[in-house]
Amino acid sequence: MNSLSEECTPLKQEYDACFNSWFSDKYLKGVTTDHCGPLFQKYQECVKKAIKDKAIDLEQLEKRILGTANEKQIPES
Amino acid sequence: MFSQCTKMKYYSCLSVFKHQWDQVTSAVWQKYPNPYSKHVVSEDVIHRSLLPDGKRLYSQRLLTKTNRMPRWGNVVFGANAHLVSVIEESVVDPIKKTLTTYTRNLGYTTFMVVEEKCVYKQSSENSSWTELQRHVWVDSSLLGFARAIQKFGVERYKSNSVKSSKGIQYVINKMFVPEQVSNDIPQKVEQLTKKAKAAQDLARQGKRDHAVQ
Repeated sequence: MNSLSEECTPLKQEYDACFNSWFSDKYLKGVTTDHCGPLFQKYQECVKKAIKDKAIDLEQLEKRILGTANEKQIPES
Repeated sequence: MFSQCTKMKYYSCLSVFKHQWDQVTSAVWQKYPNPYSKHVVSEDVIHRSLLPDGKRLYSQRLLTKTNRMPRWGNVVFGANAHLVSVIEESVVDPIKKTLTTYTRNLGYTTFMVVEEKCVYKQSSENSSWTELQRHVWVDSSLLGFARAIQKFGVERYKSNSVKSSKGIQYVINKMFVPEQVSNDIPQKVEQLTKKAKAAQDLARQGKRDHAVQ
């Protein structure tokens, strides 16, 4: 799958591979530390720049809704 | 997989995957691309960290999708309004075995906001199956929007119909009430007439000079 910007795609793919294997083999089995940090950092630098270049509102993007009072409430049946 | 869904502005739908929660959750991370996701153009994780409890994983994923709208949507938003950004937040709880996602669109929110909460958890019927409960809220000022379009249309029509009547009146006057015409000619038309006459004179001048040569 492509990243927002073509130049970030290889960084994304490298990070995703690291994350996916850690997630299934380690995290779900209780190991919370991972070694994907450096890859993630490189990938993030690239993506954050792409977000800026495409004028996507980063503030809106990073807003947390899940787990807050701003979540839509499930109506009582 | 099977589903049961309700209808309305709030909509909820239960599906069951006949696979273990671990596998389904891993698949959700690796969802793109797939044959059903041709409309998803890009995917990026833009945040990931453990929550303060040190166990649950919080992530944010940015997707861009093609914005398939009826043709009148293009009329309103312009022909290049073809991509929309969507943000997905998620929390994985590896102890309770739940994955919760909350997705909303970032662009076109004045037109429509779609928020979707998905909860993936072990099926209560069969622990080697996974239930997905989807909740969707579609908030649209579509009604207000339709009213705005209507209002715009009516106002523009009114303005055009006034111009139309004035135009007819002008021509009637020109044909049957010539003395009325000078009172009715707007300044612009007078200027245009003057310009046209000057251009005509210039053209005649040019012809004469040419003839002399």
